[in-house]
Amino acid sequence: MPMMASEIERLIKASIPDAQVTIRDLAGDGDHYAARVVSRSFEGMNRIRQHQAVYAALGGRVGGELHALQLETAVPNTENLSE
Amino acid sequence: MSDAQTRIEQLVKSNDVVLFMKGTPLFPQCGFSSRAIAILERLGRQYETVDVLQDPEIRQGIKQYSDWPTVPQLYVKGEFVGGSDIMMEMFETGELQQLVGADA
Repeated sequence: MPMMASEIERLIKASIPDAQVTIRDLAGDGDHYAARVVSRSFEGMNRIRQHQAVYAALGGRVGGELHALQLETAVPNTENLSE
Repeated sequence: MSDAQTRIEQLVKSNDVVLFMKGTPLFPQCGFSSRAIAILERLGRQYETVDVLQDPEIRQGIKQYSDWPTVPQLYVKGEFVGGSDIMMEMFETGELQQLVGADA
């Protein structure tokens, strides 16, 4: 069952309110997305915990209804990744 | 601890580098597993793989083992490292090479 990008963003923001969410539809099929989530709430969390926080926000859809979600997480002020 | 959890723990503890994946290194059955294998190949260090498609118990159990909803999952020296996105990030920063003790 495909999921809309806007729905993914809505769910993430519902549990991580300050999140800046950027979503790309990788295959145009509503089933393969890349998401970048930037939030202050990730501060002090390692990458595993940051990803887990996003998976939790998506409430068990990742790995099921949402098959492919490439995920990148970051804290705003330690941003040094080139865009 | 269920039988599957015990088996997973044994696999994780008895292999320095082990990837739980869909398919095999030669024939990965999913783009993320394929990407994980490509990264491990670049590390040039020996690794084990477990094909979760061949074992429904492990396929289900591995999600609970590290509270992680997807496969592939990489474990190094008994510790959960992450999925293919984290592997890629750590490969790009050189952390993964350091973690497994690779040369480059």
